[in-house]
Amino acid sequence: MVTNQAGIKRNGIQDYVTLRATALIILAFTLYMTYVFVCHSFSSYEEWKAVFSSVYMKAFTFAALVSILMHVRIGMWQVLTDYVKPPRLRMILQYVLNLIAFSYVAVGLFVLWGV
Amino acid sequence: MQLTFSIYRYNPDVDDAPHMQDYTLEVEEGQDMMVLDALLALKEQDPTLSFRRSCREGVCGSDGVNMNGKNGLACITPLSALGGGKIVVRPLPGLPVVRDLVVDMTQFYTQYEKIKPFLINDAKQPPAREHLQSPEERAKLDGLYECILCACCSTSCPSFWWNPDKFVGPAGLLHAYRFLIDSRDTATDERLGDLDDAFSVFRCHSIMNCVSVCPKGLNPTKAIGQIKSMLLQRAM
Repeated sequence: MVTNQAGIKRNGIQDYVTLRATALIILAFTLYMTYVFVCHSFSSYEEWKAVFSSVYMKAFTFAALVSILMHVRIGMWQVLTDYVKPPRLRMILQYVLNLIAFSYVAVGLFVLWGV
Repeated sequence: MQLTFSIYRYNPDVDDAPHMQDYTLEVEEGQDMMVLDALLALKEQDPTLSFRRSCREGVCGSDGVNMNGKNGLACITPLSALGGGKIVVRPLPGLPVVRDLVVDMTQFYTQYEKIKPFLINDAKQPPAREHLQSPEERAKLDGLYECILCACCSTSCPSFWWNPDKFVGPAGLLHAYRFLIDSRDTATDERLGDLDDAFSVFRCHSIMNCVSVCPKGLNPTKAIGQIKSMLLQRAM
């Protein structure tokens, strides 16, 4: 039927599983951050910094950032293949959006490294 | 009682662009009728009005149209179900219009053809009379075989609107699942292999428009979910 080439080498099952797996990590991070905001009143930058200083929190934050990158990459490919039909324009948009998503992860990594 | 209709008109031989045309129909106070009966009465007023119909009792699936924004069969949709006010009738969305309410269903049938809608059984020695099924095996086909291919579901699905050449669509996938779980069919792996790409099945995002419009009350979203599970199990 529709070959991998026509789908720009995207794999339906892999995308389906990845979207759901990354969504779980993003949801867990969102819930945890909501809990942190609701249950703590931060009076100084040091207190806020302390939340992210443990290696577990750094790993969790990094996992959430990478999950967003993967989720965005697949999700935007699906949206663009729906709405943008000229292949060249779609490829350019995909490239730019993937670059932006990667930049978020790169900046996030530097921020985490600095904490 | 006077009813007002706004009907999509387009005759490519005469019109440059489609337009909506208003009609009025006199109906006895308190009387209800099906949309198809109203369309037939309007056709007597204006014989150029074109639409498909055949069995006029929800069996053939010919008269699928969009009524007040929702797809359905004109022959089993009463005017009273459409609420008061003007009744807007358009062709099924997403398919090319041949004329007025008549759409070209080639894309729909092409996708249906892709799923090989027939029993495949490669048994070396076919049974002398017939392939038998237990009542339990037969029961698995309920809610699937009843589809009449009216295209109401596929043409209400945005994934089918945007990718009618790649996404099989809810009707086709409902039929695909019907053969995938048929105990007499031996081509399960081949059928799953044909559906294993990024578009054919996985373009369904379970928004359930198909379930909401199906005139036979079927659930293509559930069938698609089962196909996704089968594909997942096959990949693991």
